[in-house]
Amino acid sequence: MTQAAWIIPLLPLAAFALITAAGPRLPGRGAYVSIAGIVLAGIGGLVVLGEVIGGAHADVTYTWAVLGAKPITVGFVVDPLSAIMLAMVGVVASLITIYSVGYMAGDPHYPRFFAYLSLFQFSMLFLVLADNFLFIYAGWELVGLCSYLLIGFWFERPAAARAALKAFITTRVGDFSMMIGILIIFLYTGSLRFDEAFRSIQGGALAGPLLTAAAVLVFGGAIGKSAQVPLHVWLPDAMEGPTPVSALIHAATMVAAGVYLVARTYPLFLLSPNHAALTIVAYIGGITALVAATMGVVEDDIKRVLAYSTISQLGYMMLGLGVLGYTAGMFHLITHAFFKALLFLGAGSVIHGVATNNIKQMGGLAQVMPWTAWTFIAATLALTGIPPFAGFFSKDQVLAAAFAHDRVLWALGAAGAFLTSLYMGRLIWYTFAGTYRGGDPGAARAHGAGHAPGPHESPAVMVVPLAILAVFAVFLGWAGAESLGNPFGRFIHFAGVEPVPPNFGLLVVSIAIAVAGWAAAAAIYVWRIVPSESLRRAMPWAYTLLVRRYFVDDLYAWVFIGLGGLVVRLAGLFDRYVVDGLVNLVGWLARQVGLGLRYIQTGREETYLLLVFLGVVVIVVARLVW
Amino acid sequence: MSGLLSLVLWIPSAGAAVLLAVPRGQVRTIRLVALVTTIADFLASVWAAGSFDFARAGTLQLTEQVRWIPSLGATYHLAVDGLSLPLVVLTTLLTVLCVIYSWRVDLRPKAYMILFLLLETGMLGVFVALDFFLFYVFWEVSLIPMYFIIGIWGGPRRAYAAIKFFLYTLVGSLAMLLGILIVYFHSSPRTFDMVALFQQKPLAGDLHLAILAFWGFFLGFAIKVPMFPFHTWLPDAHVEAPTAGSVLLAAILLKLGTYGFVRIALPLLPAAFHALAGMVAVLAVIGVVYGALVAMAQTDLKKLVAYSSVNHMGYVMLGVAAAAAAGGRPALQNAAAIALNGATMQMLAHGVITGALFFLVGVIYDYRAHTRGVNDFGGLWERLPVYTGLMMLAMLASLGLPGLMGFVAEFSIFLGAYQIYPALTIVALTGVVITVAFFLWTIYRIFWGPLNSRWAGLPDLDGREAWTLAPLAVLMIAVGLYPAPVVGAINAAMLGILNLVR
Repeated sequence: MTQAAWIIPLLPLAAFALITAAGPRLPGRGAYVSIAGIVLAGIGGLVVLGEVIGGAHADVTYTWAVLGAKPITVGFVVDPLSAIMLAMVGVVASLITIYSVGYMAGDPHYPRFFAYLSLFQFSMLFLVLADNFLFIYAGWELVGLCSYLLIGFWFERPAAARAALKAFITTRVGDFSMMIGILIIFLYTGSLRFDEAFRSIQGGALAGPLLTAAAVLVFGGAIGKSAQVPLHVWLPDAMEGPTPVSALIHAATMVAAGVYLVARTYPLFLLSPNHAALTIVAYIGGITALVAATMGVVEDDIKRVLAYSTISQLGYMMLGLGVLGYTAGMFHLITHAFFKALLFLGAGSVIHGVATNNIKQMGGLAQVMPWTAWTFIAATLALTGIPPFAGFFSKDQVLAAAFAHDRVLWALGAAGAFLTSLYMGRLIWYTFAGTYRGGDPGAARAHGAGHAPGPHESPAVMVVPLAILAVFAVFLGWAGAESLGNPFGRFIHFAGVEPVPPNFGLLVVSIAIAVAGWAAAAAIYVWRIVPSESLRRAMPWAYTLLVRRYFVDDLYAWVFIGLGGLVVRLAGLFDRYVVDGLVNLVGWLARQVGLGLRYIQTGREETYLLLVFLGVVVIVVARLVW
Repeated sequence: MSGLLSLVLWIPSAGAAVLLAVPRGQVRTIRLVALVTTIADFLASVWAAGSFDFARAGTLQLTEQVRWIPSLGATYHLAVDGLSLPLVVLTTLLTVLCVIYSWRVDLRPKAYMILFLLLETGMLGVFVALDFFLFYVFWEVSLIPMYFIIGIWGGPRRAYAAIKFFLYTLVGSLAMLLGILIVYFHSSPRTFDMVALFQQKPLAGDLHLAILAFWGFFLGFAIKVPMFPFHTWLPDAHVEAPTAGSVLLAAILLKLGTYGFVRIALPLLPAAFHALAGMVAVLAVIGVVYGALVAMAQTDLKKLVAYSSVNHMGYVMLGVAAAAAAGGRPALQNAAAIALNGATMQMLAHGVITGALFFLVGVIYDYRAHTRGVNDFGGLWERLPVYTGLMMLAMLASLGLPGLMGFVAEFSIFLGAYQIYPALTIVALTGVVITVAFFLWTIYRIFWGPLNSRWAGLPDLDGREAWTLAPLAVLMIAVGLYPAPVVGAINAAMLGILNLVR
């Protein structure tokens, strides 16, 4: 199976082609085809993972094209890193696709949704298997396209259409940087394949500040895709897409592709002098982890809270990679994929039940939707790093690596961890505790007909995937537990980058911080010792700053839409009146000269004779004068 | 001596001659004759491709050489290689599609079809001629039918656009003629034969004269491409031309210019081109960025696509200029080959993609909405799913999405050009971001959002329109996914040309 791993992405691709061609006529209106494609791919991924754990390895290459005298070879690589990603994407995507059958029921464009999901799964699996910059860039763009199509799935809603546009263009800015990085690497190493390029960089083909620049430029692509500061603005808006899409693309898989890219091209960063490139990765990650968490505290839309949480958690992964915690960063990627997918699907189940996204119109849902509530709470405990849930193990590894490397980075991460507990506690209490505050009858019509009035638990096709994901969210962390010998760390590690030894004191501090965040949330939202209203009154500027997302969106709107629009309009006017004006001026001059010369060419002999006579006079006078 | 290229070249003219004999009233017969002629010509070109030895795509094949005007040294010399053969097939294919699309043209259909057939011979002649005399004749022949097509079947300002198009490109042609004559009068023995002149390089010893001759060729080709700042005839011509005219104009006629740079300017005047490559590259990059910015400012969909052509042809010229700059520097030969491959690939990709885009603009304008204002639409996806799908496919291909034809071309251009002009290539890359922005913004304004109730009754594509677009859509995807065969042929030809550059 390992040698034939390239077949895995083709399964969802075949599903996509089939649904596009035959759509509504297929069983389950295409949904079953899509599920078959991804479930088979997921099984393939698990088999490959098993084989790779057993020591298998594959690198299949072929010639893409011969340009000049030199063939450009590309191919697929199956190693521990791609195997774990294959398995993770396959499993998470399978569960989300099954869940979508329930969530999307009744949508007029139902087959189209599954076609897009399949196309996305193909692109993501293709990206994961790439052994070269060409394929990873191609997969990168294709997942971006699918994200664009799925954010704008309800294209008739202006907000969704705008969000799709924003996501594609923002990530393209990152891709622009990534492309320059790829060009530099190709220029100096002459290869697009990772192993060849890194080998010649090791040999000194590319070194010094230029290597750092190349690494940082490649990282630029990851900043866009993984929504790191300062290109994070698209991800919260991307929540306009259907919730399974948010779970699959904007939480579990695609956004993690940026982290995967850094891990895949790790030698590039590691070889940069003084780890300069890694330091940049770490600081971008640390800042993102904290800044995104602060914005999550004031958000009322359940999905957007989770979006900020995603940005923040991606920051932790980057932070982990940046502080030489290669294993920690990747481990957090894997655990996060499961519990964040679960959180989003749970949020989708809630939205399905109450037909609103606003947590202030929810409340008391633990009674009416117990499955959703308890799985969601399990995932929240994982996210906030409460032992022994999955996120505790992975986040603690990241923080431990940061502590060993740079205390400032640790402080950023620790502050983010406190805020994570705070905003998730707030979310849990608003949503599941207390009494139901909703009941706006108009809202029920917002997402489809045929629902019973009032909140209700979701159908089994949605709840079962939640339960399966919850098992992962609860138990997956043990894969990285030191007490069990850290099997994940033995499988995924980077030669020459050793994980830091466990630090028991730090572990206690981490747990204390997480619990403190929960306690703060309880103090504000449950016991109301310091109610949120009084906090808001006490610090109006802070509240405004957070609600307006540090004015970054406003700044970009002003610069790119305002200033950019002005440049565009000026270019249009310049072209019309200056460039084309000159052309028409030349034409006009030619015409005027012609009109002027017409008076000489009258066709009357007396005029010509007069001219001849005047000419003679001029010649004679000239002769006499000189 | 096979005669196959002559067959490809003259079938359209023979069809035009037959059409002369068909009475004006028999519209159906006229259309059928035109269709049969163009299909026959397409099949002939496919036959030619079948007889072409792709293993030797770098050498000129299917050669026909007949004495023509011995006193001048002009011969009837035709041949194709991996550069011209794909362009020939693209030309014959697109002409078939134009005839299919133009089925409903009711205004003077006989003259219309005759002009298209003559235009086809003119365009094919430029690609297969290897004698300057013959080349120049076809170059001019391709101009005149287009003048009438715009002038008679065009939009409200057709007279202005047609005259501007004609005069502007004619000025370029005359400059090119001067260039040809300079080369001719310095050759010995005197000959118009391109292959002989590439070997002779009559101006190799005199750089100043070579640069003078280059300026002549440059003006001729650059106006045709069109390069910034010679591009302003293009939006006017496109906006006024009938749909099929726009398609051929964008897909084929613009390629005459870039083809001229690759086929003639590079091997004939390598030193002069090398000396001026920086200027050409700068103009190319200005065309990329500026074309994209101005495209964004347009509210007329046809004009927007026209300016996107300025942008895309800029990439082609960046690749060609990079190859010219690499002349004489052995270390850069591979980069030059990559860039030149990309440039030629981009000619084909732009032909297919922009051809499709102009058809698509015609579909909505000619027989449906009768407006091209980007802001007049909204939410058409709901109403026209197939049309929307094709338009999005073509626009995504145009903005260089991997897996589609345009990406292969742009990626190769950047990969090659970056090694020669790193800074300019980075500037050109910003053009890609702007291109993404304006195409997506256009998609957003036309197809997304709530349906504009004005268009609630629009029908989706009909069979004929689907047939026009299907081959182009298939090409975009097929070549995008598996470019190796096309790239293989082009690569051999590019290596052959770079060998001549030395």
